[in-house]
Amino acid sequence: MKPMLQTTDLCKSFGGLKVTQSVNLSLEAGARHALIGPNGAGKTTLINQLTGVLRPSSGAIWLDGEDITALPPYKRARRGLARTFQINSLFPHLTPLEAVTAVICEREQGNLSLLDRRFFKLTRRRKEIDEAHALLERLNLADDCQRQTRELAYGKQRLLEMALALALRPKVLLLDEPAAGVPEGESDELLAVLAELPQEISILLIEHDMSLVFRFAQRITVLVSGAELVSGTPAEIAGDPRVQEVYLGKHHD
Amino acid sequence: MLHFLGLLFDGLAYGTLLFLISVGLSVTLGLMGFINLAHGVFAMLGGYLLVLLMGRFGIGFLAALPIIFVLVALVSLVLERTLYRPLYKSTHLDQVLLTVGIIFVAVAGATYFWGPGQQPINIPGWMNGQLAVGGLELSRYRLFLMALGAAITLGLVFGLERTRFGAKVRASVERPRTAEAMGIPVERVFQITFALGSGLAGLGGALGVEVLGLDPNFPLKYLVYFLLIVVVGGPGSIIGTLSAALLLGVADTAGKYYIPQTGAFLIYVMMIVLLLMFPHGLLGRRKSI
Amino acid sequence: MNARGRTDPKPHYLLALAAQERWSRYEIAFWLALIAVYFLFPDNLMLAAQILITGLFAVSLDLILGYAGIVTLGHAAFFGLGAYTAGLLTTVGYTEPVLGLLAAGAVAGAFGYLTSFLVLRGRDMSRLMITLGLGLLLHELANEATNLTGGVDGLQGMVAGRVLGLFDFDLYGKTAYFYVLTVCFLIFAVVRALMTAPYGLSLRSIRENPQRAVAIGIPIRARLTNIYTFAAVIAGISGALLTQTTQFVALDVFSFERSADLLIILLVGGTATLYGGFIGAAVFLLAQNWLSTLNAQYWLFWLGILLIVTTRYMRSGVLGGLKNLSHLATRRRHGSRA
Repeated sequence: MKPMLQTTDLCKSFGGLKVTQSVNLSLEAGARHALIGPNGAGKTTLINQLTGVLRPSSGAIWLDGEDITALPPYKRARRGLARTFQINSLFPHLTPLEAVTAVICEREQGNLSLLDRRFFKLTRRRKEIDEAHALLERLNLADDCQRQTRELAYGKQRLLEMALALALRPKVLLLDEPAAGVPEGESDELLAVLAELPQEISILLIEHDMSLVFRFAQRITVLVSGAELVSGTPAEIAGDPRVQEVYLGKHHD
Repeated sequence: MLHFLGLLFDGLAYGTLLFLISVGLSVTLGLMGFINLAHGVFAMLGGYLLVLLMGRFGIGFLAALPIIFVLVALVSLVLERTLYRPLYKSTHLDQVLLTVGIIFVAVAGATYFWGPGQQPINIPGWMNGQLAVGGLELSRYRLFLMALGAAITLGLVFGLERTRFGAKVRASVERPRTAEAMGIPVERVFQITFALGSGLAGLGGALGVEVLGLDPNFPLKYLVYFLLIVVVGGPGSIIGTLSAALLLGVADTAGKYYIPQTGAFLIYVMMIVLLLMFPHGLLGRRKSI
Repeated sequence: MNARGRTDPKPHYLLALAAQERWSRYEIAFWLALIAVYFLFPDNLMLAAQILITGLFAVSLDLILGYAGIVTLGHAAFFGLGAYTAGLLTTVGYTEPVLGLLAAGAVAGAFGYLTSFLVLRGRDMSRLMITLGLGLLLHELANEATNLTGGVDGLQGMVAGRVLGLFDFDLYGKTAYFYVLTVCFLIFAVVRALMTAPYGLSLRSIRENPQRAVAIGIPIRARLTNIYTFAAVIAGISGALLTQTTQFVALDVFSFERSADLLIILLVGGTATLYGGFIGAAVFLLAQNWLSTLNAQYWLFWLGILLIVTTRYMRSGVLGGLKNLSHLATRRRHGSRA
């Protein structure tokens, strides 16, 4: 099966500092892949290269068989590479319904006429709004979909993070620490949502919470100092002495 | 060739004035990221104070200069306290509006007190006239300007490099947050440099009456020059500001002489081109002094 | 059952969105009041037309400052280009005003499109400098090109044509007022449509959070270039309206003060409110009209004081109050920020 998201010999350095060293990731369609590693391992830099915020120094990134290394971030999003943010990055004064509708209208813009996009009222986009509402409903946000985003509870905002990414109908979804900051009591809702994400989406999960990683992922890659330490199934990773050393070493700092 | 040297001389003298006025703005921007469009107001104030001190109070030219420096610095302290400080953390738009407001009030005030016309002053006799140097007729006043400018530049560089206070200023420009965390009172450092910078602008404005002229529109007329120098020189950099000011002084003088029909046009084109070529200042991205 | 004859009942979540888009009774009252001005103040129609023109100019600034978040100190550049284009066109024989408007919009828009690439490159500070520089540049050009512009004396040899070949401009400004009101309303309706369309939603997303806007596939740069150009077109048309109704163009159309005043007008009226520009223009020009009868310099002084006081003390006071008022006027209570 051909990979949905792939990096080939991806390298990035700032001056003499190598923050990404020949990373070869490969996610198949429907993959549930987790990326873990201690702080400073280069996870965020890697995400930024995947989404196009940073240009890699060398190597290539492939999305569904196409080289997207040189594409600007918005074009990657349009081609189906979506992401969520570790720290909520929402539209404080838009309602969830408006925000998700904005994403869908942007996604569908190729199918809309100039008049539809520019001059006809948003409410004529009935199909898009209905889809947005349905998505919000699926993520338990329907009751809050008309309030301003900044008024929502933190847990709800976390879900909206996810909703904005899902509204793109992505082929690949990068989840950057989705559980960050969510208190124990509220994380069940989030876990349920994660478990029910559409099967066909390939997901790359970056997460510190090991219980979440081991419950969710089929494959795990451990990143240390910008390089792949090891990749394998959760069982292989759990039993790998090098991984234990990295994480134990961290505890003994 | 001689003629060209003459132009160069005039341009450098002009640049020296621009430097004296702009260096304070450079520090304001470098230190607090505050967009102070009203910096020229302090220079104008210096000019009018000179007119007032010499005309009304009969104080001599040289004696008036230090008084002006102190008075303008004091006025700027009051403004910093009451108007500027609350907007340090505000948006750039707010800062622009506040300082445009200050310009408007200053222009109206100057017109009210001194009328819309140019103000003449009488510089002391020994500064009038020319000095013949190797076939060149050099204006004594401009020579004085350049000597004073050189002395002040040396003083500034020395003060920044060698004194405790200078070290604090450098630290605050370079890494405001770190400096703050290390116990340097960044706001206080800023307050003092702001006053010093404004005092220098006042001094520059006073010295400039003879060269730049003085009328109520001064802060607007030269606004672009000051901004251009600071942005091209790189905010917070003394040597950068000096190079930019001298460069602009020479270019403007030469432009006005060789292609007078373009007027100020050249300056605006230069500003846009330089901004596009050097978005982080002539000396690169570094904010170092 | 609704007017369009759709059979399915609208779900509740659509109602709030629809309420935001609908012309509210306040808006309708606003435009009706402008028609009433014609009958109530027949002696002040020239001033009323000036207010509308300035209001339209402020709406164009609102598009880039309020809706797109771009700070500019040189918006008068577009106004001036439009003003001179409309004036110059009549000197070469094309005297029909509507044609003048189109030409003015085209010239200003072209300049806006070309300069948008320079302006959008940088952050706030360099945007301020570039817009300021471009504004001064055009001012200086107009000042130097006396053959074309008449320099400080103003453009000579302008001819007043009939609107659409039918309506003559009269001394009392009756034709001028209706002409300006019609143009303002039509353009406003277009702006309003843009802002309530998916396009407007995407602009709001960009202003709210550019980082996320990119991540959901919005081409920020292209969209900002687009709105910047459109705002330039409107500013050019406002400039042309001023030329046509006053039968005069001089250098002050390019002045820095005009750009600065416009910022004040928009902030007094309220940004990103659609109507803020018109309300600010009315307050500003009426105050100016009243105060400058005392003395022109006093006006500048009070304007400066107003600026200082608003930025210093009234961010959420008088200004906020005005903003909330205009919010109430433009939006239904549901979903408004107040």
